[in-house]
Amino acid sequence: MTAKVQQRKDYSLTGPENEHARSQGLAEAQWYESPIPRKRLKELMKRKDGPAIRDTSIWLGLLGGSGVVAYFSWGAWWAISAFLVYGTLYSSPGDSRWHECGHGTAFKTPWMNEVVYQFASFLSLRPATPWRWSHARHHTDTIIVGLDPEIIAPRPPIYRIILMDYFRLHVGFRELKRIFWHCFGVIDKEEKEYIPPSQFRKTFWESRVYMLIFGAVAAACLLTGSILPAMFIVLPSFYGHFLVMVVGLTQHLGLYENVLDHRLNSRTFYTNRIIRFLYWNMNYHIEHHMFPMVPYHALAALHEEMKADCPKPSGSLWEATREVYMALKKQKTDPGYTIYRPLPETARPYKYGIEQAVETQNIEA
Amino acid sequence: MSQPQGWVEAGEIGDIEEEDVIRFDYGERTFAVYRTSDDKYYVTEGLCTHEKVHLSGGLVMGHIIECPKHNGRFDFTTGQVKKIPPCINIQTYPVQIKAGKILVKVD
Ligand code: FES
Repeated sequence: MTAKVQQRKDYSLTGPENEHARSQGLAEAQWYESPIPRKRLKELMKRKDGPAIRDTSIWLGLLGGSGVVAYFSWGAWWAISAFLVYGTLYSSPGDSRWHECGHGTAFKTPWMNEVVYQFASFLSLRPATPWRWSHARHHTDTIIVGLDPEIIAPRPPIYRIILMDYFRLHVGFRELKRIFWHCFGVIDKEEKEYIPPSQFRKTFWESRVYMLIFGAVAAACLLTGSILPAMFIVLPSFYGHFLVMVVGLTQHLGLYENVLDHRLNSRTFYTNRIIRFLYWNMNYHIEHHMFPMVPYHALAALHEEMKADCPKPSGSLWEATREVYMALKKQKTDPGYTIYRPLPETARPYKYGIEQAVETQNIEA
Repeated sequence: MSQPQGWVEAGEIGDIEEEDVIRFDYGERTFAVYRTSDDKYYVTEGLCTHEKVHLSGGLVMGHIIECPKHNGRFDFTTGQVKKIPPCINIQTYPVQIKAGKILVKVD
């Protein structure tokens, strides 16, 4: 009997898949766009300060309030739940605010985006400059193997890494290692693939600031003889990461790799107002990828415009998660397994590759 | 009507809404033509200097054009980058309005 050996593709940005994707014309390619009249798209793209000021105030209020509760819980049995709430409010909106402000769409006023971006980058432990470039690449080459640095799981999946990342123990430690080396002016070869040299200096100085904060928190722990300071700053990026991972897994997993249509490789799901608040509406993930200029507060309206051209959304976060895990399970033995979601009759056909260029620009009302 | 040397017609003023942008192709070249809310017209090269994406799909805010792909920003009156990812300024071109036509000096 011969053992079945699963070959895993090389998901790094410096391996053979990079060259392969480029030779297939998948790098910086033209992606499918759903037909939305320009006039309507302009309305949807319109920037506002109001929603993000409101949401940021609520977030910071909740974070501060839960922090006070967690502080007084220290030593009691219910500290676990108090810190879980604090950690989730630290990490989950930290991640979604990092994301939206990085796009520059959350606020109308640029400095507001930048201030919240820098703050949220620290909370989510995604150093501002490297992650700005990583995410730009993710949008250029979404789930193109060898080009996209933000693919959460390879095929077949590695469950150990997925489980670790519910508490950011894999990606988080990689990030800490990078921050450490940035302090000494060293950038790893993956990062060099997407961070331009003109941004290296900024990257190094940001990491040094992060390191100073880490040092100050460590000193506070030593001085107080308690881990409590770190429970409020730095450690929540790990122990509060659970929800970031839960929603993050739904974004692309189980769907297509190496295609040029976000309807094929991204997942939209419906969910309740609490998750939408924490996640800043990124449950509308197809919509976000196809039109990244539309702010989070207009994504539900964009969804209404696009849904006749998109596969049916998952009905809930639970349904989306279940779908992901069923696909991962199948990919364990059949790495080629991919969820196919039929399009409604009103939709245009999927664009699998460069040969199916669909001209949709500048559609008139 | 023939245009002065080096100037080409990029459309009519009614072709662009206020505070908006359209694409204009001339031979192999592509441009973005802007109209501001105070009815001034500007032209830049058509593709973002970050990755070759048409700026005509972007959003005009005052004198800023935001690229539709990664939200990079340029001041289209000067061509200056205002927000990365683009690191290289964009080329601007002289414009004049004559008898309701938008003329661009492409050379
Ligand atoms: S292509 Fe214009 S900002 Fe990236």
